[in-house]
This record gives sequence, structure tokens and C-alpha cells, in this order.
Amino acid sequence: MAAFLGLFRRDFGLALRQGGDTGLVLGFFVLVVVLFAFGVGPEAETLRRIGAGIIWVAALLAALLSLDRLFQPDYEDGGLDLMALSGLPLEFGVLAKTAAHWAATGLPLTAISPLLALAVDLDPATLPLLVLGLLIGTPALSLIGSVAAALTLGARRQGVLLSLLVLPLYVPPLIFGAGAVAIGADASTARANLLLLGALTLAALALAPWACAAALRQALE
Amino acid sequence: MRYKGTLGGGGFLKAMLSRFANPARFMRASAAALPWCAGFSAAAIAVGVVLALFVAPADYQQGEAVRIMYVHVPAAWLALSVYLFVAAASAVALVWRHPLAEIAARAAAPIGAAFTFVCLTSGSLWGRPMWGTWWVWDARLTSVLVLFFLYLGYIALVNAFDNPDRGGRAGSVLALVGVVNLPIIKFSVDWWNTLHQPASVLRLGGPTIATSMLVPLLVMAAGFYGLFATLLFLRMRTAVNEKKAMALRLNGAALRPARTSTGGRDTSVPAAGR
Repeated sequence: MAAFLGLFRRDFGLALRQGGDTGLVLGFFVLVVVLFAFGVGPEAETLRRIGAGIIWVAALLAALLSLDRLFQPDYEDGGLDLMALSGLPLEFGVLAKTAAHWAATGLPLTAISPLLALAVDLDPATLPLLVLGLLIGTPALSLIGSVAAALTLGARRQGVLLSLLVLPLYVPPLIFGAGAVAIGADASTARANLLLLGALTLAALALAPWACAAALRQALE
Repeated sequence: MRYKGTLGGGGFLKAMLSRFANPARFMRASAAALPWCAGFSAAAIAVGVVLALFVAPADYQQGEAVRIMYVHVPAAWLALSVYLFVAAASAVALVWRHPLAEIAARAAAPIGAAFTFVCLTSGSLWGRPMWGTWWVWDARLTSVLVLFFLYLGYIALVNAFDNPDRGGRAGSVLALVGVVNLPIIKFSVDWWNTLHQPASVLRLGGPTIATSMLVPLLVMAAGFYGLFATLLFLRMRTAVNEKKAMALRLNGAALRPARTSTGGRDTSVPAAGR
């Protein structure tokens, strides 16, 4: 447990200090939403209708952006080998790194999402649903992303490949997350969508560390 | 003893697995099977086309356009089955390090992607006259599109490494992760009641499709499965031969004495090393 927490603290601290990974991700998140507003036009009516979807897509892209840094630095400097050799099972090591990734990207994204919701003039009544959805859904993004990040370690054109692998797998969280805040969704629809989103996150929590650790082992061989 | 008893079918599977772990044996067996697969597939597809175009009745609602079904539905079945095959072969490759399983998974993926593409395009052509649109964001259509991208991602990942073994193993893990999508595709039409019609052949309580349409459909499907087997054997044989040729070339390069060339580059070396 001490090793788990130590790894978490190290990764989280690195993400906050070194190169400002968190700051970059947040800046990217805001910029994507702003770009959509420019592309679609400033009519409040249109923006309100598609606002929740825009915020979710921007969150997916922002999470994707930081994934290639999840294992790459440790892979290059040999830290990953030490992690595999340490007493901590690799599955837990992966989980600690993924949790740190979520705390450094998913959590801040969720925290500033109300601001962006105001910017796209989202109905204030749906605001809690959006924040709750992001809070439940972003861990799934980090978990699924960790598998793809481990698979593409050392590949040619890693960045493009990573997005090709990850984005199709991000479709279910996107459907349920955006479905919870869609226009015309009543309380029971929102509830069902959030529950399904929670199920996705729990399934990813149970399965992704295994797949990710398997992918890392074959990368380190 | 008890261990052996509980394995029943597993023992047979294991025997088959180790039997075909020998590439030379596989090459002999596949060379013998290939003409039969190709012949069966060609005959079934020929009969199926005749049945589908001339014998099967037009639909009372959809008219002649229903005949697209005889391409669309088998292609969709193949798209899913081939992915399942890729995933199963990947599991075998990961668990037993079976030399041919990885080759089989790699060889099958582009075939599956092609069937998925045929399924999507034929569905789009069928949707235009029936639904009045080329594409809708219906649950079944979207999940098949995701399957297509999974195939593309697998193919890209397998080819993305300088060391081909590395790519094969990464691809195997990805194929197993992607299996999660298969039940979503199969049951999407039952879970979300959207535009695409629910299953009418493989369902509890028997098919709801008329026998006059079911028979051509099954003949075509058998032809498509035969086509898959033919293409798979061809691609696997090519991959094995390619590996052999590569090994021979590397051997030859290692044995050949270094040639003394007198290019412009070589003459400059002594000057630089002065």
C-alpha cells in the first residue's frame, strides 16, 4: 500500500510540476470548446442544444492529449523496468499511475466544466448532471486510455496510433455521458445513463489494469 | 487422472493445437484443403446468387431492393465472426505462444475489415431506398462502424513496430480488449429500439424470416464463410512463406563475404580517419 501511495504521489507531483501537464490539458480543453463556439456561431440557442456534447468531446480529446506521457518517460529512463521488478504487482502499479493521471487531468477537467457550461449557455438545471457525469466518466477515460498507451509504447507514429486505438473505445462513455445531459432527457433517462456510465467505469476499473499490465510486460520483454 | 477427465473437449483442442504448431505440417494440410475451400465457396456463392436474384421472392413491402439482404447480412455475420476468430487466435497466441495463431490473427484482420466495409456500404445502399437516408446514427450502425475502426486500429498497431513479434503481441492484447464491443453489436438492436430492425434469423424462438428467403441467405452465408477460409489459408501461407524467405535472405547476408566496393564514399574514409 505504501508503494502504491508513493507511486501515486510521485506521478501526481510530476504532472503538476513538470512542464505543467495539467495546465496544458486544461488550456486545450477550454480552447476546443471555444473553437466549437466559433465554428458553430454565437447563437445561444444552437450552443445550448449541443453544449453538453461539445464539453464531453472536448474532455475526451483533452484526456487523449495527455495519454502519451503516461508511460513514455518511465519507459525511456527505465523507471518502468524498476516498477515491474518491485514487490508491487504491476497491475497495482498501473492502477496507481492511472489514478494519478485521472487526478491530474480528469478531476481538474470536471472542476472547470461548470465555467464552460456557462460559456455555452447550458441550462443551469442540467449542470449537476454534467459535473456528476464527468466525475463518474473521466476515470473510465483514464483507465481505457492506459491500455492503449501501454500498447503503443515504442511504436512508430505513436500519437496518431494512440488516438486511432482510443477514440473508438471512448464511444460508449461519450454516449452515456452526453445522453445524461441531452435536451429533453427526463430524470429517469438521466439516471439510467449515469448508472450505465458508472457500470462502464467499474468494468474498466476491474479489467483495464490487467490488460494494461499485460501490454506493459510485452513492451518490456 | 482426474485432471484429464475434466478436460474432455479441451484435450482434443490441445491435441489439434500442438499438431498444427508445426508450420511444415500446416503448409501440407492447407495446400490440400485450399482447393476444396475455394471450390466450395465458389459453388455456394454461384448457387446463392442465382437463388437470391431469380428464385427468392421480392418482399411485399420492400420490393426488389430486399435482395441486397443476401449480401448485407452474410457480410455482417462474417464481420463479427472474423473478429471473434481474431480474438480467439490472439488468446491462443498469448497463452500458448502458438506460432501459427499469431499469423492467423494477423492474416484474418484485413479480411474482416473488408467484410465490415462491405456490410456498411451495402447497408448504406439499402438504407437509401428503404429509410430514405444513406446513414443514421442508429445503435447498430454506430457499433458496426466502431468495429470497423477496431479492425483498422488492430492492423495499424500490428504494423507499427520495427520488431514484428512485438507488434503481434500488442495486437493480441488489443484484439482481446476489443471483444467487449461484440456483445454490444449483437444485442444493440434489442437494447436500443432504434431504426435498424431486430434480429430475425439467430433469435430465441426460431427465425421469423420466410423459408423461401432463409434458404438463399444461408447458402450465401456458407459461401461467404468458405470465402473467408480460402482467403485466410492463402494469406497464412503467404505469411509463412514470407517469413521463410526473410530468414533465408538474412542467412545469405550473414554468410556472404563482405564486398569491397570502391564507391566515392569508401575512398573518403581513409582521408577522414587520418
